[in-house]
Amino acid sequence: MTEIKSSSKEKPITMKDLDAGFKFKVAEEPGGEHIKRCFACGTCTVVCPVFSVNDQYNPRKIIRMILLGLKDEVLKSDFIWLCSGCYSCYELCPRDVKITHLMNAVRNIAVREGHIPKPMKAGVDHLEKFGRLLEGSEFENTLRLKKEIPELNLTIPEVKKLLKKTGIHKVIKSSEKDE
Amino acid sequence: MNKQKYALFIGCTISVRGLNYELSARRVAEKLGIEFVDIKEFSCCGFPLGGIHHSSAVTMAARNLALAETKGLNIITLCSACTGYLTEVEKLLADNTNEKLLKEVNTKLKDLGYHYKGGVKVKHFARVLYEDIGVDKIKELVKEPLTGIRVAPHYGCHYIKPSEIFDGFDNPIHPKSLDKLIEATGATPVHYRDKLQCCGGGILAVNEETSVKMVKQKLDHIKDANADAMTLICPFCSIMYDEFQPTVESTYELEYNIPVLYYPQLLGLAMGLDPKEDLAVKKNQVKVKPLLEKLEKLRRGEKS
Repeated sequence: MTEIKSSSKEKPITMKDLDAGFKFKVAEEPGGEHIKRCFACGTCTVVCPVFSVNDQYNPRKIIRMILLGLKDEVLKSDFIWLCSGCYSCYELCPRDVKITHLMNAVRNIAVREGHIPKPMKAGVDHLEKFGRLLEGSEFENTLRLKKEIPELNLTIPEVKKLLKKTGIHKVIKSSEKDE
Repeated sequence: MNKQKYALFIGCTISVRGLNYELSARRVAEKLGIEFVDIKEFSCCGFPLGGIHHSSAVTMAARNLALAETKGLNIITLCSACTGYLTEVEKLLADNTNEKLLKEVNTKLKDLGYHYKGGVKVKHFARVLYEDIGVDKIKELVKEPLTGIRVAPHYGCHYIKPSEIFDGFDNPIHPKSLDKLIEATGATPVHYRDKLQCCGGGILAVNEETSVKMVKQKLDHIKDANADAMTLICPFCSIMYDEFQPTVESTYELEYNIPVLYYPQLLGLAMGLDPKEDLAVKKNQVKVKPLLEKLEKLRRGEKS
C-alpha cells in the first residue's frame, strides 16, 4: 500500500488520511491561486529569514503538505503563523507561487476552521476598540501638543462598524487556538 | 519646484510608539517644502487583518484610500507595512479584472458614507525624498554634513517588496535609494552581510524567540561592518532593532550599542535641526548621544 511518513511524528499516513480537495480549496482563496504551480525547487526555503533561525517554518514543506492534502496538519499547525511576511520568497520564486500571499490564504482558512492564535484574536479586539492595533492615551496627545503637531483621535469608532459589515466575527469562531 | 502636498498616513505603531519618527519627518518635510495634511479619521491600514480575514483587510484599506480621495490627495506614509498594504489594495482595486471586488467593497463602505473610485497614489516618505525631491535638492539643504560617520541602511521589506507594486522605483534585490539618501547627508553608507534581511517584526506577537534571533543576526552583521549607527524607515523595524537591542544583549550576553536612527532624524541632523527639540532623539532606546559626540569631535577636528 502507498504509505508515507510524516517527518514530525513518524506516524504512518495512509491515502485515506489525505484530503485531495484541500489544494483546490487553497487555490480558491484570495492569494492562494498559484499554489499548484510549485515544482518544489526550494528557493523559498533557502531565502527565508525565518527558516534561517527556526526550521519549524519551511515554506517548501508547507506547500508540499498542502498539495498532498495534509489538511489538518497544516491548518492546526503553529508553523503557518511563522511567516514574517518579508516577500523574499515572493520576489524570487521562479514559478510565481506568490508564497507570502499564499500563507495568508492558508491562515484565512485556518481562522474559519477555528484555529486563530490568541495574539491575532487580541489584535482584532484592539482594532475594534481603538481603530488601531495599539492603544493611544492622552499622554501621547500631551506630547504632541507640546511639539505643536495635531492631536490623535484616540478611537476611530467607524472601524468597529466596518468590521461588523465585513462580518469578521462570523469568521473567527469562538474555539480559538491555544498558544 | 511645485509644492508637494500629501495626506499623511501615520498608522498604528507611529501613533503610539514613534513620535521621534513622526516629529523628525514633519520637521524635515517643512524644510523640503512637502506639505502634510492630517486626516484624523485614518485608522489602521488593514495590513494586520490580511492573515485573518482578507475581505476585512481590503475594506479597511479601501476606507483609508477613500478618505484621501475625498480630499483629493495622494497618501504619504512613514510605516513600510502601511505603504505595502495600502499600495497593494490600491493596485488590486484599480485592476479592471477586479471590478466585482471593488463593487463588493463599496457596498460595505456605503453605509459608512464612503465610495472609493480609485487612483489614489501611495508613496513612502523615503521614496518621495528619493524620487520626487531628489538627492541633489536634499544635498543643497544639508548645512552640517555628517562627514566621517558610517551608517548601515536597513531597507525593511515592504518599502520595496513585492516589487511588482512599486513601479520599479528601486531594485528589490540590490536597492540603492536609502544608500543614496545616506550619502546625501554626508555620511558613508555601510555595506554589510544579508543587508536585506527582515527584522522579524511580523512574528513578534506569535514567536518572540524566533524574531529576537533574527534581530541578533542583523545586529551581528552590522557590528562586524564597524558601523557607527543604523538607519531605517519603518516603526516596526525600529521596535525590533532599537527597543529590542537591550533584550538581545541580555539574552546573548553581548554588547552592541548601535544607535538606530530613523532616516529623517539622520537627515535632520545634517540639516542642522535640533536633536532634542526637532528630532526627539531622547525617544530612541539606544543612546544617540555618543554618536552626536563623535560628530562634534569630527567637526572640531575638521576646523582645526
